[in-house]
Amino acid sequence: MSTLDENAKAGMEDHAAHDSDAKESGAGGFIILFFIIGFAASMVLGWVIFPKLLYSQKQQPLNFNHAMHVEEVGEGCEGCHYFREDGSFSGIPKLAQCTECHEEPMGDTEDEAIFVEQYVAKEREVPWLSYSRQPDCVFFSHAAHVIGANMDCVVCHGHIGESEVSRPYEYNRVTGYSRDIWGKNIAGFKKNSWDRMKMDDCAECHKEAGMIHTSSVQTERDACFVCHK
Amino acid sequence: MKVDRRSFLSFVIGGAAGTALSPLPWKLMDDSSIWSQMWPWTPVPPDGEVVYEDSTCSLCPGGCGISVRKVDSRAVKIEGQPGHPINDGSICILGLSGLQMLYGPTRIKSPMKRIGERGEGKWQKISWDEAIATLTEKLTDIRDKGEAHTVAAIAGSDSGTVPALLQRFMTAYGSPNFMRSPSQRDIDEFAVKALFGGNGRTGFDVENADYILSFGSGFVDGWGSPVRMFKAASLWKEKNITVVQVEPRLSNSAAKATRWVPVNPGTEADLALGIAAVLVDGNMLNTRALSGLGSWKGELLSTYATESVSQTTGVSAEVIVDLAKGFAGAKRPLALFGRGKGLVSGSLRETAAVCILNALAGNINQEGGMWAIPEADYIQWPDVATDNLAAAGLEQPRLDGAGAGKFVDARYLTNRLADSVNGGGPYPMQVLLVAGANPCHDLPDTQGVKAAFARIPLIVSFSSFQDETAAMADLLLPDHVYLERYEDVPVGAGLARQMIGLSKPVVSPQFNTRHLGEVLILTAKAMGGSMAEAFPWGDYETCLEETLAEKWDTLMETGVWVQADTDPIADRLQLAGMDAPAVQAEGDVNSFPLLLVPYDSIKLTSGYVGEAPFMIKAVSDTVIKGTDGFIEINPRTANAVGVREGERARLTTPRGEAQVRVHLFEGIQPGVLAMARGLGHTAYDGHLAGKGVNVNELIGPVEDPSTGFDAAWGIRAKLVKA
Repeated sequence: MSTLDENAKAGMEDHAAHDSDAKESGAGGFIILFFIIGFAASMVLGWVIFPKLLYSQKQQPLNFNHAMHVEEVGEGCEGCHYFREDGSFSGIPKLAQCTECHEEPMGDTEDEAIFVEQYVAKEREVPWLSYSRQPDCVFFSHAAHVIGANMDCVVCHGHIGESEVSRPYEYNRVTGYSRDIWGKNIAGFKKNSWDRMKMDDCAECHKEAGMIHTSSVQTERDACFVCHK
Repeated sequence: MKVDRRSFLSFVIGGAAGTALSPLPWKLMDDSSIWSQMWPWTPVPPDGEVVYEDSTCSLCPGGCGISVRKVDSRAVKIEGQPGHPINDGSICILGLSGLQMLYGPTRIKSPMKRIGERGEGKWQKISWDEAIATLTEKLTDIRDKGEAHTVAAIAGSDSGTVPALLQRFMTAYGSPNFMRSPSQRDIDEFAVKALFGGNGRTGFDVENADYILSFGSGFVDGWGSPVRMFKAASLWKEKNITVVQVEPRLSNSAAKATRWVPVNPGTEADLALGIAAVLVDGNMLNTRALSGLGSWKGELLSTYATESVSQTTGVSAEVIVDLAKGFAGAKRPLALFGRGKGLVSGSLRETAAVCILNALAGNINQEGGMWAIPEADYIQWPDVATDNLAAAGLEQPRLDGAGAGKFVDARYLTNRLADSVNGGGPYPMQVLLVAGANPCHDLPDTQGVKAAFARIPLIVSFSSFQDETAAMADLLLPDHVYLERYEDVPVGAGLARQMIGLSKPVVSPQFNTRHLGEVLILTAKAMGGSMAEAFPWGDYETCLEETLAEKWDTLMETGVWVQADTDPIADRLQLAGMDAPAVQAEGDVNSFPLLLVPYDSIKLTSGYVGEAPFMIKAVSDTVIKGTDGFIEINPRTANAVGVREGERARLTTPRGEAQVRVHLFEGIQPGVLAMARGLGHTAYDGHLAGKGVNVNELIGPVEDPSTGFDAAWGIRAKLVKA
């Protein structure tokens, strides 16, 4: 090693020693502080701000009182959300079904007036926002679950039948789908069976119920094509 | 506090750790995967109640029953109606594409009047009231001047209540000039009248025949009722019966047949008569159904001796005798006529020759044979009480010359229309009404037709689509398409029975269009007097229901009415049309050494509707490639011309010229070129316009001297490497 090199090396060591002397007390603390700031900021971003940014809200075209309708119409959910003759599920009622009773305003609420004036009189379908619409790639048969497996509506839809007002419809800005599919909890935790409707939740229930479709030749278990046609 | 590099890195690491422990990356990963699998612009049909509604397809004369699958109010698929007597659940590519016509961009969405130059495509939307008022005013004006006969109408058909209303409109108005798009129906009706002595058509019991001798009939290329014929062809295969296809080109039908007999183009009649001569000579015949054979026998045997027929047709003598033996030896042999889809009338000589073969085989009005079916007579309206103006107009000769002089037996000679308007007619035409027809694309000698149209002061189109004729019009009064309207569909198309289908609206009208029947009733009422009296119905639906009378309930329930027993016109056939000379191709051999023959394909439409995008996709790239149209040529001829596969060439005929590409094909005779019919549109949208060549621009009508109908089977042509 040449003299020049040795000198340079000695110089560098000197410099390093000098630096560590100066920050001996505060530097480590700062580093930890910045780590904590970064950590906390990203946690706030991820847990608080991100969900607010990710979801947007829309109001239903008019307030709908499920509790009152269940009481008035009778027959439970199937009074309005019925199965058609071919076994397909009718979903949200069409205007024609509503007008069977609502040809004239029933009651004097503001929403009733909007409904009759804006939709019944003009023969326009109400653009209801569906909380539980699965993505287009999912084939879901209500008949298989409600009639076949005798499941209650509440298992997936919760106690919406008891609601007196329509809660805001929240949708994902990236995918455009309702927030109810992922669930209210941004981390994906759920307390009730109806809190989430992702694929894992389907699978969980199917596993519990021992409903394994063996239609896949390769895996001899649930085939993708049962739901993803 | 100084933020140095280490603090910053520490901040970033803290941030990364925090982010990893927050739902942000995991949720975004999930969302982006969903987003990328289901882009919001990917079309997904809306969810809803699924229903099937039955109706009748009227895109071609086939009359198939269809079952339209709907999700809520939107039609999403057209299927064949199971159990229907014609197509029993099956459907063709055109029927399947119907939704692209219903929802496609080529619809005319509202009544319009022309504001730019003719053909420029500048239109102004008008209301229906204004549209009908404009038409009424113009027509009243002409009629009051005593020129009612100068108004003409062209329709796609003359059977059913809608064409009948148009005919009635013309009669009450005082014009003899109602015309129908030319087709094999013309010669069929003519031949039935001449041979059997009554009004009607032929029917073929193809399902029960056990030997088929087809003179160029494209039984799997769209001849007759196409789906019925496809099913029949499958049945023939199953039953292992002999099917002989006589045709200069190896068409799909020839390929499906058990035997293909290549014949010189235009000599089919000679072959048929050659076979007849063998049958008569060998006494392998049944004379029960033929009158006049005795006096004709000598002439037949001398003119159509096997050797000379072999010379004319290019079919060897052994084959001719073999065909005769096969035909005579079968239990229920059946001969078919009408080239390709039967789009061109054809000659009386050829039609009569095939009918005579059937008579010699003794299959007239027999199971598996040829039937002489009387005209449908369910439209029983009181005669029009014409006023003086109308009576005077109806006295005038027709513009096309039909029904008088040497063409006294022809009903319509629409092929003569262009010549008549271009100066050859007895008087000029002032107004032309066009409904369910596209003469500016479908009539031969397109240039002549367009020149004639340019001379007509007012053209009114009732077309639902932006076709070539609508582009030349001054007033557009768009009709509903078949999926939006009620209409009776009497089916001819070679069925061995009388049938009527019913089109029902499966969806509500998508645009501001109106039923043609409705528009005619309204216009007649607006004109008042005897016109209004001739149209006593409140609306078209009332007219239809009253006309169909006891058939209405059956039609509403099952969609089709089938006559239980056919009462044929006559069981014996009277010889006719045998003295006419063979129809030759236009052009002289020296300047045009080759022959161009058009051919038909099930993948290309033949009526007034243009090909839907679905269909164009299915056309092979040896027919059209990009915008280039192809001709088929035998490799030997190609060699002589000096063109190779796919190369461009200039095709010239006495009527026009076109740039084409060549496809070498062993299945066509040397010296003959073949081009698909139905392409070369200039209207419609980008899916269709500018693709291929319209063969009608290269070919002109050749009049059959005995009938006046167009009997052109080809034209002389010249091909030069481009």
